[in-house]
Amino acid sequence: MASLIACHDCDLLNRETAIPPGGVACCRRCGAVLYRNKPHSLDRTLAFMLGAAVLFVLANLNPLVGLEAQGNRTSTTLFGAVRALHNQDMTSVAGLVFVTTILMPALEIGAMLYILLPLRLGWLPEGLPAMFRLVQTVRPWGMVEVFMLGTLVSLAKLSHIAAVLPGVALWSFGALMFLPAAAAASFEPRDLWAQAAAAAAVTAETTTAR
Amino acid sequence: MIAATATEAGLLVCDACHLLNRPSGMAHDLACARCGASLHVRKPDSIGRAWAFLIAAGLLYIPANVLPVMETGFLFGSQTDTIMSGVVYLWTSGSWPLAAIIFIASIMVPGSKLIALTFLLVSVQRRSTWSPLERARLYRVVERVGRWSMVDIYVAAILTALVQFKALAMIKAGPGAIAFGAVVVLTMFAAECFDPRLIWDPLKRTDG
Repeated sequence: MASLIACHDCDLLNRETAIPPGGVACCRRCGAVLYRNKPHSLDRTLAFMLGAAVLFVLANLNPLVGLEAQGNRTSTTLFGAVRALHNQDMTSVAGLVFVTTILMPALEIGAMLYILLPLRLGWLPEGLPAMFRLVQTVRPWGMVEVFMLGTLVSLAKLSHIAAVLPGVALWSFGALMFLPAAAAASFEPRDLWAQAAAAAAVTAETTTAR
Repeated sequence: MIAATATEAGLLVCDACHLLNRPSGMAHDLACARCGASLHVRKPDSIGRAWAFLIAAGLLYIPANVLPVMETGFLFGSQTDTIMSGVVYLWTSGSWPLAAIIFIASIMVPGSKLIALTFLLVSVQRRSTWSPLERARLYRVVERVGRWSMVDIYVAAILTALVQFKALAMIKAGPGAIAFGAVVVLTMFAAECFDPRLIWDPLKRTDG
């Protein structure tokens, strides 16, 4: 049974075969990706996620864009945009923006670091399965890259009527949009479970040694 | 080669971590041995739930396109814009790349997503065996592309926050934005509820 793997998209049983580094194993019926051989996949994911955490903080603390028209200046942070919507009785839209650009990305980055940092140090994080499921649930709802496109579109729209002043957060978001995507591309759950099993074995060994 | 599916072999795949589980006995509320997610042969009530979200999204697609998504107040009078009038304005003012982005993300993507999911659900309910590979690919595209519809919501959010020059112009998000956001979220839920394995199930007997 260890040599069989079921396709999550079409349920077909596939035989597991060794694939070269960088290779991808696909379902022979529907072509869905079954697993990948990514060297150092967990280390890469961790590196990208650490970078993402730093940029995420920068992106949320700094002004996103400013606008200058006839001596008047306005600027906003991402959270400022959420608050502006909320103040106009658009709470549901404000909530949607908050959840997809702040809450979900924060949860994904936080949960991934919670899983990967201890594993890197050789111990098993408590509640790993629940955290893993959290990441799976949260991932589709983080939309930093779509938000970035929205920002660029609004800047292009505004550039006709006023001087646009890009803020620090704009550059941070520009870089941030690539990092969780790169992390997701590097992340191979099979390596995670193998690493977790190894960490659990070491923990069990040290407990018995005591 | 192996000819069976996991279901035919009496095995359950975990939806979260993809581990193959061998269920012991006929116990209910099975959980994955590795990650603890609850196990199902197929996503529970997949077709019914997907239809519910899809119909709700289809109904809201109308106010999303008819009601204004943005209201601009000037010193003298005000102007309201629906998604389509915004696209037309961008097009006629020469910003055709922007017009194309908004048209694709806000009108084409949600519209074709509704049609594609309806088609997938109907074909699965009729246990169609027609081109399962094409339908599986269609589902993957639907799943991946849906999020880009949120662009217009973010544009409204940023314009709302930035364009607050009391003497010159004020921008407010309109009620259409609420309906539009709901369409995006509901179609994402519908896609999530749909189980792509249902596309392949009618093939069991013929695909040896």
